[in-house]
Amino acid sequence: MPALSPGNTAWVLVATALVMFMTMPALGMFYGGLVRKKNVLNTLMQCFITLALVSALWVAFGYSLAFSDGELIPGVLGDFKWAFLSGISPDSLSPYYVSDSAGRIPHLLFAMFQCMFAVITPALIIGAFAERMKFSAFLAFTVAWLFIVYVPLAHMVWSTNGWLNKLGVMDFAGGIVVHVNAGIAALVTALFIGRRRALKAFPPHNLPFTLIGSAMLWFGWFGFNAGSSLAADGLAASALVTTNTAAAVAAIVWAITDSIVNGKATILGVATGAVAGLAAITPAAGFVNVGGAFFIGAASSLICFFMVSFVKARLGYDDALDAFGCHGVGGLFGSLCTGLFADPAIWRAYGGGHAGLFFGNPRQFLVQALACAVSIALAFGGTLAILKVIDLFIGVRVDSKAEAMGLDITQHEERAYTVIE
Amino acid sequence: MKMIVAIIQPYKLEEVKEALYAANINLITVSEVLGHGRQGGVAEIYRGNKETGNLLRKIRLEIAVNEDFVEKAIEAIQGSARTGEVGDGKIFIYDLAEVVRIRTGERGNEAIG
Repeated sequence: MPALSPGNTAWVLVATALVMFMTMPALGMFYGGLVRKKNVLNTLMQCFITLALVSALWVAFGYSLAFSDGELIPGVLGDFKWAFLSGISPDSLSPYYVSDSAGRIPHLLFAMFQCMFAVITPALIIGAFAERMKFSAFLAFTVAWLFIVYVPLAHMVWSTNGWLNKLGVMDFAGGIVVHVNAGIAALVTALFIGRRRALKAFPPHNLPFTLIGSAMLWFGWFGFNAGSSLAADGLAASALVTTNTAAAVAAIVWAITDSIVNGKATILGVATGAVAGLAAITPAAGFVNVGGAFFIGAASSLICFFMVSFVKARLGYDDALDAFGCHGVGGLFGSLCTGLFADPAIWRAYGGGHAGLFFGNPRQFLVQALACAVSIALAFGGTLAILKVIDLFIGVRVDSKAEAMGLDITQHEERAYTVIE
Repeated sequence: MKMIVAIIQPYKLEEVKEALYAANINLITVSEVLGHGRQGGVAEIYRGNKETGNLLRKIRLEIAVNEDFVEKAIEAIQGSARTGEVGDGKIFIYDLAEVVRIRTGERGNEAIG
């Protein structure tokens, strides 16, 4: 008979706060440091308002549509049963659990933990259209994207009724739902909105911001991944080990690659490398062993380095802050690797036998590939449709004068820094 | 030899640079400055209080040129920085008494380019 576990509840309360911290300030500073100083407020504002907007919408309808057990579209979308969290009382136990079926957390806590994932996913896309999107268009985009793209995918992968969930897809903390999803949306948005008008590449305006933001993302990611066991147990500790290891190895590998290719290990490089490694380990965090974490961290760092340094320049799309190059590519790679490196020994004590191709279960790799393909198709089609409609009614991009003057003064009538005084 | 000092709108800097490079003028100094001419000042809002009449952000360009580049530089700057609205800026031209290249000790026309 499941009962409330105070230990598990305490940990997931903290993990929820850690994941909130990832969107704002962590992601805000990571992205804010990378843009030019005339756009830093707009970038921070986009992260902040996403936190507010998605939080309100999630409690209102998002959680119910993503996770309720009644379904409007079987396997794809829930219903309005839990709209405004009605029917969920403080003593209701979460129907969802991962490693501890007996020791549950409050249902309200599960809804809020999931809320913070719903917040950060659209916020990641901000990196693609930074420095040139109308604020009004951005707000419309975020609301539409949450309901049209995020909510159905979360239902398919994480709801017990979801059709991908029933196939046995493994996505521990959102490699597919968060990173592949946001990464593909980022690529579509970057292509749709077009390149920024500038003579050449410009340096980030505040690299200390970016490095501190990256470190705070790393910190928050402990809640993201280790919190995703929904229990204060050995599986949470195992996810914490793989998360920290992958981030560390990815940062080291990026620094080495940087110094071989460009002659110096750079601050921007280690900040980017750590995030690429974290995105890649996310789906695998609770399934792979330390060896798997080393491999995923190192390989994702090399692949993302190649993507943002060579492929992006060659193809010419302007994914301003590499939301696709890091999160999309890292998440895709990690989600596929989960199907290879999932080690059944990790789950032995928790009643599961999650194994990947290298542990004798080739079917898992195919399920992972299918789930990635579904995510890519939904994110591609959904994002493109939303952008086309918004462009028709509001216009997605600011005019060229506003872009040259900067979004801080043209969208918000404020400036981040003074010159003299 | 002349010293050209131009005050322009910050958002026009990229276009002015492009125009100067196209006219083969590659040596410029750029600084961010505050000031205003006839244009009153932009409004910024802080906690609902609209503050007007602030000094405006401008970009100041300094370019030292030989006589035959003076008109080219003026054309390039005016052609690219002009919007037709108040606040486009001004170009000031002074006589330049001497130029010394620190590395070699060259002087005058040789040192300028």
